[in-house]
Amino acid sequence: MEAAAGGLCGSGPPLLLSEGEQQCYSELFARCAGASGGGPGPGPPEAARAAPGAATAAAGPVADLFRASQLPAETLHQITELCGAKRVGYFGPTQFYVALKLIAAAQSGLPVRIESIKCELPLPRFMMSKTDAEIRFGNTAELHGTKVQIPYLITEKNTFKRIDDEDKQQETQSPSMSPLASPPSSPPHYQRVPLSHGYSKLRSSTEQMHSAPYEARQPLVQPEGPSTGGPGAKPPRHQASLIRSFSVERELQDNSTSYPDEPWRITEEQREYYVNQFRSLQPDPSSFISGSVAKNFFTKSKLSIPELSYIWELSDADCDGALTLPEFCAAFHLIVARKNGYPLPEGLPPTLQPEYLQAAFPKPKWECALFDSYSESIPANQQPRDLNRMEKLSIKDMADFPVPTQDVTGDDKQALKSATDEALPKDMSEDSATPKDSNSLKARPRSRSYSSTSIEEAMKRGEDPPTPPPRPQKTHSRASSLDLNKVFQPSVPASKSGLLPPPPALPPRPCPSQSEQASEAEVHPQLNRAPSQAAESSPTKKEIPYSQPPSKPIRRKFRPENQATENQEPSTTVGGPASVATVKPHPAVQKQSSKQKKAIQTAIRKNKEANAVLARLNSELQQQLKEVHQERIALENQLEQLRPVTVL
Amino acid sequence: DALSTIILFLQNYPLYIRSIPTENELKFHYMVHTSLDVVDEKISAMGKALVDQRELYLGLLYPTEDYKVYGYVTNSKVKFVMVVDSSNTALRDNEIRSMFRKLHNSYTDVMCNPFYNPGDRIQSRAFDGMVTSMMIQVC
Repeated sequence: MEAAAGGLCGSGPPLLLSEGEQQCYSELFARCAGASGGGPGPGPPEAARAAPGAATAAAGPVADLFRASQLPAETLHQITELCGAKRVGYFGPTQFYVALKLIAAAQSGLPVRIESIKCELPLPRFMMSKTDAEIRFGNTAELHGTKVQIPYLITEKNTFKRIDDEDKQQETQSPSMSPLASPPSSPPHYQRVPLSHGYSKLRSSTEQMHSAPYEARQPLVQPEGPSTGGPGAKPPRHQASLIRSFSVERELQDNSTSYPDEPWRITEEQREYYVNQFRSLQPDPSSFISGSVAKNFFTKSKLSIPELSYIWELSDADCDGALTLPEFCAAFHLIVARKNGYPLPEGLPPTLQPEYLQAAFPKPKWECALFDSYSESIPANQQPRDLNRMEKLSIKDMADFPVPTQDVTGDDKQALKSATDEALPKDMSEDSATPKDSNSLKARPRSRSYSSTSIEEAMKRGEDPPTPPPRPQKTHSRASSLDLNKVFQPSVPASKSGLLPPPPALPPRPCPSQSEQASEAEVHPQLNRAPSQAAESSPTKKEIPYSQPPSKPIRRKFRPENQATENQEPSTTVGGPASVATVKPHPAVQKQSSKQKKAIQTAIRKNKEANAVLARLNSELQQQLKEVHQERIALENQLEQLRPVTVL
Repeated sequence: DALSTIILFLQNYPLYIRSIPTENELKFHYMVHTSLDVVDEKISAMGKALVDQRELYLGLLYPTEDYKVYGYVTNSKVKFVMVVDSSNTALRDNEIRSMFRKLHNSYTDVMCNPFYNPGDRIQSRAFDGMVTSMMIQVC
């Protein structure tokens, strides 16, 4: 197959190029050839080919262009192989056109094969990061100018507006059209940039510029690294720099032409929400949600099962039956999109790929402006950074640093360092000493932050940022909570054991309990809500302890769930002393608990009744099933008898 | 003009049927159903823990045309049956085995989807895609 494809390509397949495609491809080819100074590529010019200009496209611009198509490297390799450039050693017009067509095919989700390009395809899209490149390609985009505009109108980051079918068509079409921006589109690009991922440094310059200063800063940082934080800080720094340079490239590519992916790009608010929902199902963000938990959760979205099945198929990239945080966000995002009327894509869009989301994830959005020094720090959850901020504020006051934020010299840094050393013996204080001096003390804060996050997390078990308000929607049902217990308890010791024990903060307690009851609410809607409301107020106190094991049983205690009754008894006793140890408003909690008990008991009774009803229903249905089975067997027997003698 | 059909069964209920080309499907379905009998026979004959790969009817000849019917059973008693045209001599035993292996892997992926209930028709697009590409290769 491969050989055939290669041979086919070598002979110059009858490429069916539409007019638009012809124009676009010839433009692109001219760009690439022109960019190389008009000279031929590493190979003989192909005067023989009937093509505009007997030049070849140089490998450099061609490679850039291909990379800008945002296809994975492997696909690009395949494409270069298939189009024959590798064989002949250069990118002649034919190879180039075939390659472009293959890129278009790959972007539309078709396999990279010669057959794919024989059919009608939309234009390939390339995300170029430079404005001049955009303008260069602007005229081709003007052909589709009207269609290009529509996605802009439609897609503001924060909302998915309903679009009618025609627009939907164009919506799905236009992303694959050459979105190389006409000038009106550039402002939205730049506006949109701040929203994405908060790599504030990326806003202004190209990747080279970014990675260079970053790399340069690294050696600066190392000698200054705090003694204790040094060894610990280095690996995260390196890792962060790798992530950074990796994501920088993608960032730029994505930033400049984010609009074609608009429906599939997750905004910061959305990501926040998804992460919170994830946490409500699975408090450890580095672990995953099991299939049944996720199933119950997503079923609440009221999408049809086949659609949910398809969404799962798209988002569970490793097909392991569980969703990690990025996979979960991708799935959630697809569900949201679907509910807003977007048709589901054929393949997982690049902005929803797990690697992409992983790289983008460690960004707490509100810090991007101030803490771009922290932007490269460990991909931990947000709490450590919040803790940093909080603690730094307090310590800054205490230490009373006179150092102005702007001017930094090495001496100042040293002075600060010693000052902080004196002021507070702990390592984290050093970090906090350089909290918001983003510009000047960039080097130091970065090193500090690495050490601090690890230590602070351990220290800050008790203090946590205020939890977001409870969201009464779409969290797991009662059955899933059981699974959760099983899921995260074994996984918690495994996850991040080196860095921190179970993460301190917990999702809003009322949220899961309330919604779990909501899921049971088919039978007793109000009854469940009432105890949940009562329980809701009290868990706010219980949330304060924020250590995982105690609060989980506490949550169970709130939920009047029959299944978990056996869990409740031992766990409440465990939860009790543990929570008592950590909770400050001790007496208030006790008062609340008696109210809760009554509420729970009534809820238990109600649920028992519901259970009985359901059990009866179940047995009836089982009976029916048996009868139907018997009928079926009888029919099969009849069929056997009626059948003529079988051939053997 | 090569023909092939792939059917997956769970307890003799078809979970997934795919034929290329699509005419004369019924004939193939009938053949496959009859071959199920032989598969069952072989299963019971084995007795002990099942081996993954089993073949049957290498020599199945339909009265007028030549077809080969291959079978495969998983640990969970899901049967895969494949019918290919005998004129397609390019297909060797190893290829058939690898095809069944791929089918099995894809089927496992389908099972991992929590929204899939065992016994449902398989509607996974990934599975479809895999089967399509496989059948294209064969034909």
